[in-house]
Parts: sequence; structure tokens; C-alpha cells
Amino acid sequence: MAGTKTTTGAPTDVTQKHNKGGIGESTLRPDGTLKVTGEFAYSSDMWHEDMLWGQTLRSTVAHAEIVSIDTAEALAMDGVYAVLTYDDLPAEMKNYGLEIQDTPVLAHGKVRHHGEPVALVAADHPETARRAAAKIKIEYKELPVITDEASALAPDAVLVHEGRDDEYIKWVSHPNIVHNQPIIRGDAEEAAKKADFVVKGEYTFGMQDQAFLGPESGLAVPSEDGGVDLYVATQWLHSDLEQIAPVLGLPEEKVRMTLSGVGGAFGGREDISMQIHACLLALRTGKPVKIVYNRFESFFGHVHRHPAKLYYEHGATKDGKLTHMKCKIVLDGGAYASASPAVVGNASSLSAGPYVIDNVDIEAVALYTNNPPCGAMRGFGAVQACFAYEAQMDKLADKVGMDRVEFRQLNAMEQGTLLPTGQPVDSPAPVAEILRRVKARPLPPERQWEIADGDADVRELPGGLSNTTHGEGVVRGVGYAVGIKNVGFSEGFDDYSTAKVRMEVINGEAVATVHTAMAEVGQGGITVHAQIARTELGVQQVTIHPADTQVGSAGSTSASRQTYVTGGAVKNSCELVREKVLEIGRRKYGSYHPAWATAELLLEGGKVVTDGGEALADLAELLEDETVEIEAEWRHRPTVAFDKRTGQGNGHVQYSFAAHRAVVEVDTELGLVKVIELATAQDVGKALNPLSVVGQIQGGTTQGLGVAVMEEIVVDPKTAKVRNPSFTDYLIPTILDTPTIPVDVLELADPNAPYGLRGMGEAPTLSSTPAVLAAIRNATGLELNKTPVRPEHLTGT
Amino acid sequence: MDFLRPASWEEALAAKAEHPTAVPIAGGTDVMVEINFDHRRPEYLLDLNRVTELQDWHVGAETVQLGASVPYTKIMENLRAELPGLALASHTVASPQIRNRGGVGGNLGTASPAGDAHPALLAADCEVEVESQARGTRLIPIDAFYTGVKRNALEPDELIKSVHIKKADGPQQYSKVGTRNAMVIAVCAFGIALHPETRTVRTGIGSAAPTPIRAKAAEEFLNAALEEGGFWDNGKIITPSVAKQFAELCSGAANPIDDVRGTANYRKHAVGIMARRTLGWTWESYRSGKGRGAEGAA
Repeated sequence: MAGTKTTTGAPTDVTQKHNKGGIGESTLRPDGTLKVTGEFAYSSDMWHEDMLWGQTLRSTVAHAEIVSIDTAEALAMDGVYAVLTYDDLPAEMKNYGLEIQDTPVLAHGKVRHHGEPVALVAADHPETARRAAAKIKIEYKELPVITDEASALAPDAVLVHEGRDDEYIKWVSHPNIVHNQPIIRGDAEEAAKKADFVVKGEYTFGMQDQAFLGPESGLAVPSEDGGVDLYVATQWLHSDLEQIAPVLGLPEEKVRMTLSGVGGAFGGREDISMQIHACLLALRTGKPVKIVYNRFESFFGHVHRHPAKLYYEHGATKDGKLTHMKCKIVLDGGAYASASPAVVGNASSLSAGPYVIDNVDIEAVALYTNNPPCGAMRGFGAVQACFAYEAQMDKLADKVGMDRVEFRQLNAMEQGTLLPTGQPVDSPAPVAEILRRVKARPLPPERQWEIADGDADVRELPGGLSNTTHGEGVVRGVGYAVGIKNVGFSEGFDDYSTAKVRMEVINGEAVATVHTAMAEVGQGGITVHAQIARTELGVQQVTIHPADTQVGSAGSTSASRQTYVTGGAVKNSCELVREKVLEIGRRKYGSYHPAWATAELLLEGGKVVTDGGEALADLAELLEDETVEIEAEWRHRPTVAFDKRTGQGNGHVQYSFAAHRAVVEVDTELGLVKVIELATAQDVGKALNPLSVVGQIQGGTTQGLGVAVMEEIVVDPKTAKVRNPSFTDYLIPTILDTPTIPVDVLELADPNAPYGLRGMGEAPTLSSTPAVLAAIRNATGLELNKTPVRPEHLTGT
Repeated sequence: MDFLRPASWEEALAAKAEHPTAVPIAGGTDVMVEINFDHRRPEYLLDLNRVTELQDWHVGAETVQLGASVPYTKIMENLRAELPGLALASHTVASPQIRNRGGVGGNLGTASPAGDAHPALLAADCEVEVESQARGTRLIPIDAFYTGVKRNALEPDELIKSVHIKKADGPQQYSKVGTRNAMVIAVCAFGIALHPETRTVRTGIGSAAPTPIRAKAAEEFLNAALEEGGFWDNGKIITPSVAKQFAELCSGAANPIDDVRGTANYRKHAVGIMARRTLGWTWESYRSGKGRGAEGAA
């Protein structure tokens, strides 16, 4: 196992000796018991002898020139080993970024958002490091803040980034726009004339935080060759590596990364956080350096979901057929680009939702502002669009005078439908069917809070344990929504993955080892990899090697792609291993049995068997002391970039569909909401692990509920400062806020994907939010064009 | 930061006398948050966990003497009949883990307007027993205890020993608005206690003014209306117009601010709704003789 003897907490052993089950079985995750009993080592648990603690000093203002930085007093403190600022950066490259290298490792001359890293301290105790950081004196000269579309695009607006030379600048109308993507298909203007009904709406989506429970943390250990070993919780080791090595001035092979225990991600670990900082301090001091953010810092330490303004117009004929759609989606990207360009691509290309609309006029843009940087979060641009187009569908159905679900079903996309980009949906798209299924479920009983004697169980009512109602003012509402999410990286990205699979005999048993760089962030990928290896190689014992950069890239654990792409790579490498094993078998035993030459051969139960079930050889005897090991890259079908002016192009790999029915109780007097059921139906193509699939759907559904009724990072529009960077004031759902979530899983195979599977982790996050909003609108009769809904919105206070 | 660990109440008083800036800590659910956020960095922490009598309570004839460190969980489990309002309030405090650690002494010591216990203490009526080495014991009426935002009537050398809370002689209720169904800090809160023995009603409002307050005008109006209508004796349903007026006066007593948790207007509005509802619940309990009004508690 990687790591030094004194490094504890680096990756927990997840050898799956006693686990069973191939694909399609609900194999239990090997890390599950460890996690609930507190034995699992998260990245924040790591320790190294003689280790120092790193601390980041962050800006207290959102937009300012840095007039001076004085580190003398901090450096003079006992126990302080290093204080670094921009001037200490060792390489010519001083920026990083996922798509545009616009993010300074440490601020240079200017800070562009509240909480931007300005200086670093390494000390022998975390408290010493914190106090030393507080002694660094920074003089700021504040600049006007850009906080919204109007201030960003004013002709005389201050530019968040001057002198841009990135690939997107030539296509945007203002330097404070990171990226824009128009999509034109058909003739929306002309089609609008045929509409009997037109609805327009303006919608606002708040800034959601990933709120993963394990804050950013890692340990950098300098090595004798001048390089560094970095143990870190991340979503994509190789993407980190590409960004880390250049600013350290090291070749990539001298930065060896190992994934440590990840406590959730949801997109918030796609960007660099403490990785470079810890390495810089370790290389400067020659000592191991650990950095762990606390919750407060974590709110500043990663990007959030883009808040958005969405302007929509839809039309329909009087028999309920959609005629056209026009929309403009304005995403607030904050101070640095992060994943904004790709989020724009998703928001625009999925802005029509899972519907047949032949005439569209779409534009999505991401702004540069002085708000906190925004980037990847579960649902990635499709979430904001779904919130708006589903509100539009309800409004339009009402105008046409149709049932809201039937209206959706009438216009539902199916296999063969063209997306706004002109790309055909070339695998099953059971949109009408998943709507039918959630609607067909019996509704929860009315007044479900009543218990004996006419008393109320307050846990079943809005307000919960806070005891605000015993039924007074409570009105039930029901709402529906459906969404479409793309799977995998789009727009021509080379979205490959690598898997190294080894088969050998240990203690008389043929066993397999699977080595990938896939970040297990809680999604259950390591469970599935072992299941694939058991299915393909006929072994029981599978060791999952810790993820590191000693094997090729596995791509990102995001975009619902890992089971598809790294799962596909594991399957592919297993097949190659199997071929080699069979070659050995043919060489050794081919002359003893004609089936070696003629039959389809499989590996099952530790044996080579024919497709007729006849055992030809025992794997352990066949292999003896031979080891078969193959590392191979695997790719899904290629995609192409969207045309910059028309948005046309086969940009997506695959789609994922989910529908929700929300049932809520609203205390209409106090404006409090209790979601009592969120029924879900989703097509997953093939459930490789049905238990994990249901868990993902319930988790995604709950994350969508959170942003419907409580989750929002509040930024002061006057100062661009974050007002609620804590779990006291940034609320996420508790178990009392989480409803019953009955799940209906469909398995309609996508013939293009391994085992027919569909990436499925994000789709439930899309439709959950608009379904809850629709249910609250249904209960209150209010328009509610903003999420999250607050008591003030429901009470008009 | 020095950590003082007195083994007895007397030692604790001596330590506080010697170091008046020392911050007392028991459950640590408030103080440690402040320290972790670096909002305060006291010279001395005075650990009261070895002073075991602070974790005791005594049910007397008229009052419950509740030790400052009795955790909320114990109040919920053991004092629901005697202190129904406080038991309901305790149930709204944070999470089970926090309720196992935190106690009323901490709420009083911090004196935040958002402390969950305050409205229940104000409504039930109580006296805070404090002591100093130099001047001994004194009892501070709860109405005189809160002196400003996060300020109380304690002298620097005094420690909170217990709270003498009137045993419920009638139904009590407690409601709190938060934007989550559990584990949430109050946007605003309301406590009410009917006192049939004195034919009075007392209230408490949290998070809707610089300090926890009573809605005194509302109480006076209601006391008069109940007396006038003979309600205490005839047990009739309170006239809707009386309940409405009471609610409006409670709302009017609030003097809240806009902050990230809620607007001032919403707080005033919500206080009124809670006042009307909790009055309804307590009065219904009183007139139906259905115990002392802890129904609805999970």
C-alpha cells in the first residue's frame, strides 16, 4: 500500500475478500461499516511524524487592490516555519484553473472575491498557524464590486479580469462574460405566431453549497528527489496533477498523488483547494504539511452551484402541443471561471428539458463578478434550467386547460427526438412512462400527523419539533416535475478512463486486483468495480488498489460518469485479461478438449467454462505462478463541440431521466414547509448495484429538496461578502426534513453503454426541486419564482 | 488561555473571585463554538464540570430548583410535568448530542436573545440564583436578568448556580420558528404559561428584540379580558377577537431586526401567529382539564 510507515490515515484498506456478488446484485460497500463505526480514515485524519500545519489567510473584502503585505510579525513568531505570498511562488506559472487558468495560487496585487487566498503559513501547531496568519498585515484599497448582470455588463463596468486571452473571449460581447452559448433551431419567432397560448416567466435560483461533510484536507510530504507525495481528498487526481505540477515548477512524475478518504464531493472537489498550498509549504520547509479547513473556511474553499436568473417564454397550441421556446439563462460564475464554460454548455443544451420543441431560441451566459466563484455541483447547469422550464410547463398546462402531467406526457421526448442542438436521442427516453409511474402511486393519507385523541405528532407537521402548529393553517399540495441530464463530459472532450486489472493465484485461489485512479467520493464505485471484476473474471476475491497517479487517468468522479466510463474501462481491461488467460489455457490444455478451440469460453466460479456450462480448467491450476496484468484506456463514443453561433452538434454522450411527485404540507400562516413524500421514478439502463442506485436517487432527491426550501449561500449585494458561512445559518435537510422517498427504478438498456447502464447520480437532483416548488405553489396559490422558498415569500412579509 | 478546574462550588467561587474575566464553561456547546470561531479568546476558562451539584435538581412544593448544568435531555425526561414549557423548549434545542451537554445555565450566561430556554423561563416565572465569594447568594428575578444584547445582571465575580422555576400550575406551551424542521437556531420563539392560581398569563418572546422579553401589554390585556369574561371560572372558549387582540399585542411587543435568518416583518408576524396558536392550545388544555399542556410534544 502506498504511503510511508508514519503516515496513518492514508488510504483505508478496502480489499473485498469476503464480499460477494457480480453486477446486478446489491453487494454491500466495503467502506460502509468502517464509515458508520468511525474507523474509516478520512483525509483530515492523516498524520505524519514531524508534520507542520498549514493555514491560509484569506481576503476580508471582495474586490480590492493589495497595497501592501507585511509578514514580518507572523514570521517572527515561535513555531512558525514559513510564510508565503505571491512573491514566493517558485515557477513561472502562478495560476491554475479547470478550463481557464485564471485563478492565482495566491492573490497578486488584487483580490477578486471574499475569501480569496492571499498568504500561507506553516507552523508546528494549527493554532499557532492561525494566530500567525492573523498577524499578517494586508492593506487593501477597495474597488467597486460587480455583483449581478447589470453591474457586470454596464459599458463602464470595472473588469473582473483585464487582458483576457482565453479561448472564449472572442465569442463574448463583454469581457465580464466568461462564456456564452446560443442555440438556434427552427424559427421560434415564426412558430410563436402559431401559439394559442404563450407564457413568460422570470426565475431566480439561489447559490447552493455542496456541503460535503468532510472539509477540504490533505497532507503533502516532501521527498528526497525534490518532489512531493500528496495525499488528498479530490474528485480527479490527474486533473489536479496537471494544475499542481506547473505551479510547483516540477515535472508531473515528481508529484505523486494518492487519494485519501473523501467525505463527499458533489462537484465541490473538482477544483483545486489546499493541494498546491500544502505542496508549496512542504517544499519550502522540507517537512510534511497538513492542511485541514474548518467549516467556515470550507465555505470559501470551494466553488458553489451557480446562482441563476432565467427568462423563459413557451408557447402551445390549444390542443396542447408546444410550439416554441425562447430563453436566456444568466449564470453568476463569480470571480474565477472554474467550470463555468461547461456549465453554460449544459444549461443551454438542456434548457428545453425532456420535451419535443422544434423551434428554439436559447442563450446561456456565465458572468464574471466579485461574488464567490461558482462551478461544478451535482446537476451542473441542468438543475437551474429544470427549475425554470418545469415551472413554465405547469403555467402553460394551466393556460391550455390540461392536466399538468398529461400536458408533459403529450410533449415528452422519446427515442429519436432531436435536442435543441440537433442531436438525436438515440436510446430509450421513457419520459412519459416515469411521469405515469409517479402519478400512479397512491397519495399519502390526508392529515397524516393525527394520532390518538386528536393530538398531533409534530414531527409530521411543518415546523417539526419546534412545535409551531398542530394542524392550524396547514394545507397540502402536490407537484410534478421531470428532467433530463447528460451523462459524461460533453462537447468534444476526450473523456476516457484507464483501468489496470491483474489476475494471479494467491493461496491456491485465483484473485483479481483492480487499480484505477477513480476517486471514490462516496458514490460506491469501488463496490461496483469489484462486482464487474467478479462477473468478468469469475473470481471472488477482488482487491481494489488505492487510487493514485501511478496508473492512467480515470477522469473525474462527476457528470454521473464513473460507473459508465471507469466501470467501462474496468470491464474492458477484465475482458483483455480474460483473453490472455484463455490464451494461456489454450496453450496448456487446448489439445485435451476441442471446446478450447470451438466454444465461447467464460470465467465463472474460479473456472474456465464453456457457454454450455462445461468446466474446462481451474483458473488457479491454469495460471499457476503466472500473473496476467493489463492497463488499458477506454473511451465512450466521441462527441463534438457545439457550434459557437448556432449551438448545433452532437455534443452529448448519454442522457438520464428522472421524475418526481412531491407531496407537501405548508403552514400557510407561518410559511413553513414539510415535504412528506417525494416519489421518484428513474431509468438507470441497468442497475449494477440496485441498493446503491436507490441510495443515490434518495440522496440526490434530498439535495434537490434542500435547495427548494432552505439551502442558500447569501451574499450581500452591496459588499459581495458571504453572510452565512456556517452550518448554523446555511441549513441542509435533517432526517426530519427528509420525506419518504419511494423509488421506482426502470432498466431500459442503452445499447451503446457497458451493460446498458445509464449514469444516474445527478438526474434525481434536477426534478426534485421543481416538484417541491410546484407542490408549494399548489398548496398556496402563490407564484414563487425563486428558490429556495423562504417563510417571507410564503407570508408576504 | 488557562483552564481552571475547581473541584467544588466553593473553589469555583474562589477562582471566579480571583479571575473575574474567567469564562465559565459546563457543556461547552456555546462557549466552545465562540472559541472555535475565534470570536472570543478568554484569558481563563472556568470548568464547572467537577461541581456535581450543578447537575442536580430538586422538586419543591412551589418551585423546581434546577442546577445550572442540568442538561436539556434530563429536563425533557424528568421534568415534563413540573416544567412543561421548558421541556418543550428543551426539545427544540439543537441535536440530541447538544441536548446531552447543554443546560439552562449556559443559555442564561450567554443571554443571547436566541437562547431557546428564555421564553419558557420568562413565561413560567423564575429567579436565577447567583453567588459570589464576597457577597454570597442572591436571587435575580428573571424579569431583571436580561440587561442588553448578550448581557445579563451578573457581577463579574458571580456564577450562576441554579434557577428556581415556579412549578406549572396550569398549561404551558412553547413554539419556535426556524427554517428547518429540527436542529435550527430560532428565527423567533414564543412561550406562554397559564397561571390559574393567580389568574394570570405570562409570556416570553425570543429572537425578536435585543433581549428576551415578555409581552407585558398583551399579558395585561388578556388578564383583564379573562377576568372580565369570567373565563377562568366558566372555562369558555376565548372569544376570537380577544385572541386576535392578544396576538397583535404580542406581535407589537417584538422589536426585531432584519438578518440572514429572517426579516423583522416576518418575525413580528410569526410572533403573532405563535401567540394566537399557543394561547389556543393552553386554553383548550385548561378548560378541558387535559393535564398541563405538553401535548404535541414528540
